[in-house]
Amino acid sequence: MNSINQLPFKNVLKHPVRTGMLLLMTVFLSFSAFAGTLIIKSLQGGIDSLNSRLGADIIVVPRNAQQGLQSILLQGVPGYFYMDKSVTEKVSKVDGIEKMTSQYFLASIGANCCSMPIQIIGFDPDTDFSVKPWLEKSFNGTLADKQIIVGHKVNAFEGEQLRFYGVVCDVAGKLDETGTELDNAVYCNESTIKTLIKASEEMGVNVLTKADPDTLISSLMIKVKDGYDIQKVADYINVHVKRVEAVKTQSMIEGISDSLERLSFVVSALVATNWVVVLIMLLITFSMVINERKREFAILRVIGSSKRSLAKTVLFEAVIIGVVGGGLGVLLSSGAVTMFSKAIEKKLGLPLLLPSFEELMCYAGLTVLLCAVVAPVTAALSAYRASKVDAGTVLREE
Amino acid sequence: MKVIGKDISKSYFRETKEANYFHAVEKTDFELEQGKITEIMGRSGSGKSTLLNIMSGLLAPSEGNVFLGDTDLYSLNDKKLSKLRNENFGIIPQGHTGIASLNTLENILLPVLLYKKASEETTQRANRLIETVGLKGLEKAYPKELSGGELRRMAIARALIMQPKVIFADEPTGDLDDENTETVLKLLRQTADEGIAVMLVTHEAQAEKYADVVYKMDGGKLRKH
Repeated sequence: MNSINQLPFKNVLKHPVRTGMLLLMTVFLSFSAFAGTLIIKSLQGGIDSLNSRLGADIIVVPRNAQQGLQSILLQGVPGYFYMDKSVTEKVSKVDGIEKMTSQYFLASIGANCCSMPIQIIGFDPDTDFSVKPWLEKSFNGTLADKQIIVGHKVNAFEGEQLRFYGVVCDVAGKLDETGTELDNAVYCNESTIKTLIKASEEMGVNVLTKADPDTLISSLMIKVKDGYDIQKVADYINVHVKRVEAVKTQSMIEGISDSLERLSFVVSALVATNWVVVLIMLLITFSMVINERKREFAILRVIGSSKRSLAKTVLFEAVIIGVVGGGLGVLLSSGAVTMFSKAIEKKLGLPLLLPSFEELMCYAGLTVLLCAVVAPVTAALSAYRASKVDAGTVLREE
Repeated sequence: MKVIGKDISKSYFRETKEANYFHAVEKTDFELEQGKITEIMGRSGSGKSTLLNIMSGLLAPSEGNVFLGDTDLYSLNDKKLSKLRNENFGIIPQGHTGIASLNTLENILLPVLLYKKASEETTQRANRLIETVGLKGLEKAYPKELSGGELRRMAIARALIMQPKVIFADEPTGDLDDENTETVLKLLRQTADEGIAVMLVTHEAQAEKYADVVYKMDGGKLRKH
C-alpha cells in the first residue's frame, strides 16, 4: 500500500463476511431494479414490435376467431381458421379502405409428415403491405413456389429444407427477431400455402374445411385511408359484412398495453418495496458495522486522520460496495431474465423483446450508478458517526 | 520543542454529592520536555489518560490551553489539528491498535500515507523501525497473527515513523509479561535519549527507573512524585 486511497479497498477485501453481507444487499437492490426495468422494457418492446409487424389498421377474421388470432400472435399456439374468399369483395366496397390484402393460416403438426409443429402464414405477394416491408430486410426478390422465409426462432437456416404435410420447402431467408410469437412462424406465398392446405386436407389433418383452398382466406389485413376513423370503418364492416369480425389492431394492442400497464405497476411496486426494505437493512447494517469499527476509527484519529477524511473512507467503501454489488446484480439479473424470458413470456401471455445491446448497457450503467449513489447515502449517517468518534474514550474501552 | 499545558482542567457533567460536575482533571500546569520521559502514575480512573488525551490534542480541555511551541492546539480547526498531530505527535494508545486489514509494514507506514504517498525513504525508515522494535520477519503479518507484545511494539514503531517531537504512551506495557514490558520501556528510553519528549502514562512500578520526571495522579489531582 503506498497511498491512503487504497485503505478502503483493503478494508473491503480483508473483511469478507462484512463485505459479503453488504454486497448481498446491494446485489438485491441492483437485481430487482435491473430485472424489473428489463422485464417492463422488454414487454413494451414486444408490444411495439408486434404493432409494427402487423402493419394493418384493421384485421378481419371469421366470426369468433379473434381469440384464435390472439393465441397465434401472443401465445404462439399454432392455429388456423378460414372464411370464404367472397368476403374480400364485400369488404373492398367499404368506404375508407386504402389497401387490403388477404392472409392464410395453417398449423403444421409434430408428425412424420412435418419437420416441426409451427404456424405457417401465407400472403398474397401482389397486394401485401403487411409482411413484405420487413420480409425485404432478409430476402431480396419474390418468393417462388415452395420457398419459405422462417421466423427468427425457427430452427432452420437459408439453404436448408423443411417439410410440411409431405411437401418439401426451401428456406430462402431468416427474419430478424421481433420478440413476438411471429418469430416462431414460417412465411410463404399464396400459391405455396394453398398447396400445403390441400396436402393437409388430404392427410385428414385440416379438419375445419373440405373446401377448395382457392375459395378460402384466413384474414384480411386492412389499411385505412387518411382522414377516416378506423373504428368507424371496423364498425361498418362488422354491421354490413356477415359472419366476420373486424378487429381494430390498436384495440387489440391496447388490450395488451392495459395488461402491461397493470403488470408494470405490480413490478414497480414490488421493486419499490424491495428497495425500501433493503435500504433500511443497509442503513442498519452500516450502522452496526460502524459500531464494530469505532476502535479502528479511533486509531486513525490518533495517528492524525481528520474527521472529514474518516467520513470519506467510510463513504468510499460504500461506493465500492455499491459499484461491485450493482455490477453483480446487473449480471445476475441479465442472466436470469434471459434464461427465463420464454417462461415469463408464456406465463404473462405477452410478447417480450429484450432491448438492444446499447439500451441494455445504458440501463446497466444507470443501475450501477444508482447503487453507487444509494450505498453511500445509506452509509452517510454512519460516516458522520465515525467522524465523531471520541478517540480517547473509545481506546480506553476494551 | 516543549508541549505546555496551562491551567488545564477537564470536567464532565455528572451529578455527584457535591456538584453536578465530575472533575476528571483538576486545574493544573503541565509540561513535556525534549529528551525526557515524563511519567504519570496513578490508579485506574485517576485521570491520567484524560490528561494524556488533552496534551496530545485528542480531547479539548474544559479550561486552559495546550501549546506546542507557540501554537495553541485547541485554537486550530480539526483539519489543522489532525495534521499537527500527524506531523508532531506519536501516540501509542491503550490496548491493541493494529488496523486489521493492514499488515505490519502497512500499519507502521499508515501515518505517512495520511497526507502523502510512501516514498523509498519512508519505507526504508519503516523497515529500520521494524528491526529496532524486533519485528523483523513479521512485515507481512496481519495484527491477528501477532502477539500482544508484538502489537505493542508495532504501535511504538508506528508512533515513531513520522519522527515526532513528542511521544504519548498510554499504558504501553498493560497486559504484557515482564520481558515484553522491559523491551517496551527500553524502547521508550532510547526514544527519549534521541531527543524526543515522552509522556508515559502507566501504573507499572518498574517504569519509574526509566523516567526522568514522575508525577502521581489521584482523583484528578496531579502532583510531583
